[in-house]
Amino acid sequence: MGGTQSDIKLMNEEGLRIDGRKFNELRPIRIEVGVLNRADGSAYIEWGGNKVLVAVYGPREAFPKHTQNPSRAIINARYNMAAFSVDERKRPGPDRRAVEISKVIGEALECAVFTEQFPRTSIDVYIEVLQADAGTRIAGLTAASVALVDAGIPMKDMVVGCAAGKIDGKVVLDLNKEEDNYGQADLPMAIIPRTQEIVLLQMDGNLTREELEEAVEMSKKAATYISDLQKEALMAKYKSQEPEKEGERDE
Amino acid sequence: MSKSADEIVYGLKREYLEKICAEGNRIDGRKLDEMRNLVVNTNFVPRAEGSAEVRLGDTRVLVGIKVEQGEPFPDTPKSGILTTNAEMLPMASPIFESGPPSEDAIELARVVDRGIRESKMIDLDKLVIKEGEKVWVVFIDMHILDYDGNLIDACSIGAVAALLNSKVPASEIGAEDYPLPISHVPVTITFAKIGSTVVADPNLEEEEVASARLSVATNENGDVVAMQKGLGGSITKEELFSAVDTSIKVGKDIRKRVLGR
Repeated sequence: MGGTQSDIKLMNEEGLRIDGRKFNELRPIRIEVGVLNRADGSAYIEWGGNKVLVAVYGPREAFPKHTQNPSRAIINARYNMAAFSVDERKRPGPDRRAVEISKVIGEALECAVFTEQFPRTSIDVYIEVLQADAGTRIAGLTAASVALVDAGIPMKDMVVGCAAGKIDGKVVLDLNKEEDNYGQADLPMAIIPRTQEIVLLQMDGNLTREELEEAVEMSKKAATYISDLQKEALMAKYKSQEPEKEGERDE
Repeated sequence: MSKSADEIVYGLKREYLEKICAEGNRIDGRKLDEMRNLVVNTNFVPRAEGSAEVRLGDTRVLVGIKVEQGEPFPDTPKSGILTTNAEMLPMASPIFESGPPSEDAIELARVVDRGIRESKMIDLDKLVIKEGEKVWVVFIDMHILDYDGNLIDACSIGAVAALLNSKVPASEIGAEDYPLPISHVPVTITFAKIGSTVVADPNLEEEEVASARLSVATNENGDVVAMQKGLGGSITKEELFSAVDTSIKVGKDIRKRVLGR
C-alpha cells in the first residue's frame, strides 16, 4: 500500500465509502465482447473508472522457436498501461510492475486454459489499460478470460478477478483509487468459479488472519456475480448476431 | 507425438515426488512444513552499510545494503527511499543467463521488496536529511550465488538480516552514523504445491515439479503483510490458510532463532 497518511477518512459514520458504496459493494462493471476486428478474440471492460481493452491472438506458432513447449501452449500475457491512463504520465513501455503483473496474469489464465491441446503454440493476450482507477490487473484478467472465449479457446471455466482490502480498519470489497492509496491493505485475487480454485493471489498491507479470511470470502462471493456478467456479455454478442428467422431469409 | 528423454525423466520425477509427498514425506527427509538448514552470516561485506550471506540448504545468496544520499520522490518529500534488486548470476545455475533481469528476477525482487515495505520494517520517515530535497536511499541488492530452490525466502531473510545490521552513514554529512531505524521484522515463508500436497521451503527438485507456489510474509504480531501466488497452477482456500498458519509459526521461530528478534 502506498499510503502512509492515515488521517484521511475513507468511510463515514453510516459505514459508506467516499464513492457512496457499502463495504461489500462492487463498483459498476460493464463488459463488451468482440470489440476489435483483427484480433482472434477481444473484450472491453469498464470497472469503476477502469477502462481496459484486451485482445487475444492464437493459438499460433510460438515465436521465437525456443519458447515453444512440445507438450502444451504457452500463454503470453502482456499487461500494459497507456501513458495517459494515470494522473502523472507514465513512461511508455513495460516497467518492473508491468512485468510482474503480466507474469501473474499469464499464470492465472494457464490454470483455466486446456493448454495441452495446442502444443508448440502461443496464446497471446494483450491487455491495455486505457484508464486506471485501482484494480486494473483483475479488471484486465476478468476481460482476458472473456476475450479467450471469444477467440474460441477451450477452458475449464472463465477466470474471474476481484479484490478486497482494508480501509479505516475495515475489510471492504473492490478498492477504488483513493482507497488503494490511503487504505491499509489490498488483496487482488482471481478464482475459477466452477472449482473455487484460487489462481491469482497477491497481497500487500496488513491483515490479521481473521481479516484475511473475511477478505477472501468477500471476493469469492463477488466472483460469482462477476462470472455472470462475463457470461451475459458473451451471450449478448451472439444474440446480436442471431440469424434472421426461417422464411424471412432471402434465397 | 514422441516424447523426448527429458520429458520422460521429468514425468517420472514428478510422479515420484507427488507420491512421496502424498505419503507425508520429502525427497530430502524433511517434514512437510520443515525448512532446510538455515545459516545467516551477517557483515560478510564490511564495506557495505549492511550485508548478510544466507545458506538455505544448498541455496546460497548474498545481500548487500548500500545507503546513499538522494533526492526524495516528488510525491513523498518527507520519506526516504527503499529500492530492491535481484541478480540471478549465471554462476548460480546453468539455466541463468547474463543480461537484463529476467521476469523471474523482477518478480523475486518485487516480492522481497513487498514484504519489507508493507510490513513497514524500515521507518522511512526517519530517513529525511532535508525535507523535499535530500533523503537517505536504501539499496537492497541481492546476489544469487548458488541456486537450489526457494530464492524468495533465502533473499528475504537475507535482506531482513542485512537491514537489521545496517547503519546510516550520517558521518558523510557531519553527524554520527546510526543504525537503520527498524520498526518491524517481517519473515517470508514460501510453499510449493506438489500434486495435492503443500510443502514449505521447496528445494530445486521440488520446485521443478511444483504446480503452484505461494509466499506469505508475516510480521511479529502474526499479521499477514504480503503474499504472492506463482506458477500456472491453483491453490484452494484451505491450502492458503494452512500456509498462512505455517508461515506465522515458522516465521516466529526464524525471527527468534536466526534474526535474534
